Order: sequence, then structure tokens, then C-alpha cells
Amino acid sequence: MRAPAANETALGESLLAVEDVSLSFGGVRALTGVSFDIRKGEIRAIIGPNGAGKTSMLNVVNGFYQPQAGRISFKGMVRKSMRPYAAAQGGIARTFQNLALFRGMTTLDNILAGRTLKMHRGFFWQLLRYGPALREEVEHRRRVEEIIDFLEIAAIRKVQVGRLPYGLQKRVELGRALAMEPDLLLLDEPMAGMNLEEKEDMSRFIIDVNQQYGTTIALIEHDMGVVMDLSDRVVVLDYGRKIADGTPDEVKRDKDVIRAYLGETH
Amino acid sequence: MHILYLIFVDPFMQMVHSPDLLMQTLWDGLVGGVLYALIALGFVLIFKASGVFNFAQGIMVVFAALTLVGLHEHGVPAFVALGLTVLVMLVLAFAVERLMLRPLVNQSEIILFMATFGLTYFLVGFGQLVFGGSPKVMITQDLYLPSGALEWKGNFGFVSFQKIDIAAVIIASIMVAVLAVFFQRTRIGRALRAVADSHQAALSVGISLEQIWVIVWFAAGVVALTTGIMWGARSEVSFSLQIIALKALPVLILGGFTSIPGAIVGGLIIGIGEKLGEFYWGPLLGGGIENWLAYVIALGFLVFRPQGLFGEKIIERI
Repeated sequence: MRAPAANETALGESLLAVEDVSLSFGGVRALTGVSFDIRKGEIRAIIGPNGAGKTSMLNVVNGFYQPQAGRISFKGMVRKSMRPYAAAQGGIARTFQNLALFRGMTTLDNILAGRTLKMHRGFFWQLLRYGPALREEVEHRRRVEEIIDFLEIAAIRKVQVGRLPYGLQKRVELGRALAMEPDLLLLDEPMAGMNLEEKEDMSRFIIDVNQQYGTTIALIEHDMGVVMDLSDRVVVLDYGRKIADGTPDEVKRDKDVIRAYLGETH
Repeated sequence: MHILYLIFVDPFMQMVHSPDLLMQTLWDGLVGGVLYALIALGFVLIFKASGVFNFAQGIMVVFAALTLVGLHEHGVPAFVALGLTVLVMLVLAFAVERLMLRPLVNQSEIILFMATFGLTYFLVGFGQLVFGGSPKVMITQDLYLPSGALEWKGNFGFVSFQKIDIAAVIIASIMVAVLAVFFQRTRIGRALRAVADSHQAALSVGISLEQIWVIVWFAAGVVALTTGIMWGARSEVSFSLQIIALKALPVLILGGFTSIPGAIVGGLIIGIGEKLGEFYWGPLLGGGIENWLAYVIALGFLVFRPQGLFGEKIIERI
């Protein structure tokens, strides 16, 4: 498929690039002149201490925030800012740090909602569940069932997600994002608050998504062990500025990064 | 002792002794309840998808009915007028989204609520400007709605059903069923529920909030039109009709603001409750309790079950 072999990922062409992006809320500068790119097929980590602007960066990429300055190029199209709808249409899916699920709906419906943009039949036919609309519905259900199998959540497919434990909710959220068949998947702390076993499961899913479907992934994560294992390249933010960018090994040795995480050495 | 007898024994004796009167009262209550449920449904649709309590729902009922009758008065055939009225409600939905909701996005709920007051006054003024302030008669016959009554004689008496009431119950039931299936099965219905649960997540999967808002306001407009035709056929089409929207408030408190089944059950309880109360217990208080009984029931619910029968349980973090 589209998935490039591990050794050529670093050479993949750029899928998304942000250039000189600055974002502020009133007097608070969330991002200052940040530039980096995400290449096709890679797993790109964004790390940094709390308040470094990581989530703001993701929000800029999928259009929740409109930056005051800078450019975003995605699939060769350059624009000043994204719109959430355009981002979703263009193939950017995401999950959220504090979970944003449709709590009143079942796991199945949550994941089906991820296919909203892929459904084209008129609602009148959907209402009657007849003809092409029926075939379309069946096809979508089949894809959703694949995702459910893949994430091993078959047991909870008819359960309201509001009732699920946290770890499973995270999985459902990932499932919904996968249902969009995205080209770029943004994961905001996919492993926050998980225990070791859940983290291992989630890491496995992320690697599988990346390798089986060739999906490009950008993720924010605090667990350094996970970041170093999973990612091909890491960008480090601190106080809204980029302080380092490179392979996990390069970043680990970077003086600025060590200072940002451990404080000034005396 | 006598007063206790009058409250707890005598009404039930009457019910047993003249079942025909009981049936008549229940039927009247059912019809009233169905119509309350229709109004409440309009509220629920909008509240579910946008969190706005739409104070203008009552005037939308009047406005829709007036448009229909007004167009007919100007010589438009009844069913063409019906189609045009639906179109007017669609235009209204677009206008509300564009001119009211979009500029107020991310504002607190109370501000949106106040904006619906503004919409109410606009529609009152605009309606009077275009159609005049005098009451009109609903074009029942031109729409082929039945009139007259069906009488049913049993061996214990007789009950009369107004045909228009039977039609109202059938049409309302169909409407509710279609809306329920719509919410459950279609992509847009799923998107509506999704928006109600989380704006952020809905945006992230590519659901367009603007589109959803137009759809719910349009759906509420169609429900308002149906309500307007049915209520208008029972009384007349005038601006005082918007007061019935206030009756939807106790219905919503009973049923929960976010639940379609709740709106239906709540409407039926209020409708039947107030008719039974008026007929059997009203004379004790000199009659006229129909006008306030619903609010007393609602008050009771507010004290003991504020989320309503079907509402989501409110969990507050302390």
C-alpha cells in the first residue's frame, strides 16, 4: 500500500508544513513563529512542558484556532489558516486531550459519525433505508466493524460511551478518527491517564495504524519512553517557541531540551 | 371529613358510575396533550441541537399559520400556500442561522435565549405588518381536514370524537414517528445528536454546525406549522395563540428538555391531567383550575425531579 518502509520514511515528501505560525489570545502569546513539517507516512511527536503550546498547535492545524501570522501548507495548498470543516474534508482527523465523544450515543454510532463526510445518499432514502442508501449504509457499517475489530472493542459496540471506562473511551475516540480514513491523524495525548497495559495497547494500535494503513500521525505525548519508541521525528516546544527538532536521539541530547525539562543547571 | 370524601372518594365514584364521561374527558385530554407535545417537540429539537431555549417557538406557530391563511386569502390555492409556507419557514431558518446564531456563536446560553426574545418581537411586528392583527379562520376545508364529529354509543352512554381531533392525533403521531426515525437512522440525524453532545468533536469529524442549525430550525418551523394548523382549526389563528407556547414549559419540565419521548409523554400527562383535574376536582375550587394545574404539576417536578422524566441526569461537580 502507501505505507513506505521504515528506512525511507525520513525521506517522504512533506504532507503538512506550518511556517512561522504565531497565535495569541489577547496579550497571551501561545505560539511564536513556529515552523515545522510533517512528512508523509511518519509518526511525528510534539513534546514540551505544560503550557508549551502543543495543543494550540494541533488546534491551528485542524482549524479550531486561526493564527494571527504564518502559513499552513497541507497537500500542497498554502493558506493562512484552516477551517475545521475544510480540515476534516481534506483528511485531517483528531482526538482530544480531554476526550470529546458523543457521550449519549453508542460506540457504533460514535464511530459511524466519523463517516459523516463519506455518506452521500439523500436523507430521504436513508429514512426509508432503501436502494442505494441501504447499500451505502451496509458498506459503512462494514468499514466500522473492521475498525471495531481492529481496536478490539467488539464487546462494547452497543454500549453508550458515557458509561465506558476512560481507557475504552480513548479507544472509541481513536476509532471515530480512523473512521474518517484520514491522511493525517492528530492525537492529543492518546495515553494520558492510562495504566501501563493500556499504554502498551494504545502504542500497538498507533504503530499498526501507521504501518497497515500508511496513515501519517502527529501526536502529543508526555510519556518520554513512549515518544522515543514510537516517533520518527520529534519537535519540542517551550513557551510557544520551537526549541528543537529532530530524531528522538538528537532531541534527547539537545541542551535546550534538557534545560526546558529539568530547569537551569547551576 | 366531608372534604376528604370530596377529594379522594367522590371523583372516583363518578368515574366508575359514568364511564362515558370519563372516556370523553380522557379523549379531550389526549388531544390537548398531543398538541402540547407538538409544541414541546419544537422546543426540544432546537434545544437538543443548539442548547438554545427558543422563546420564539410560540410565535413561529402563529407566524406559520398566518402565512398559510394569509397566502390563501390572496388567492393562492390551499396546497400551493402550504408548500410556500414550508418554503417561508426554510427561509426563516436560514435567516436565523445567518443573522442571529452565527454572530452569537460561543456566546453564553442566556444571550442566545435573549436573542430569541428579539426574534419573537420581530416576528410579531413583521406578522402584523404583513397579515394585519385581526384573527383569521384556518382554511380547514381547503386542506381537506375533516370536520364534524364521530359519535360512539356503548351500552353505558356515548362519547363524541371531533374528526379534526382524530386527524390531529394521527398527523402528530406520524410527525413524531418520522422525526424519531430521522434522528435514529440518517446521517443528518446522527449529526444532530452528535452536535448536541459535543460541538468540538462534531466539528472535528466534519459536521457543519451551520448546516445543522438550519436543519433544526427548519424542522422546528415545520413542526410549528403543523401545530399552527391544528390549533388554528380548533380555535382561530391569532397572535394570542402564542400563549399556548407557555403551556409547553411545564411539558418540557416534565419530559426533560432534551428528550423527544419526554416531550410526548410530558404533553400527554399535562393534557390528560388538566382535563381530569378540571372535570373531577375543579368544582371543589370553583372551577378554572385547568389554567394553572399544569404549572403546579411542573413545580412538583422541579422540587423532586428537576431533570424531568426522561432528561439526562444532572451530575454536578462539587
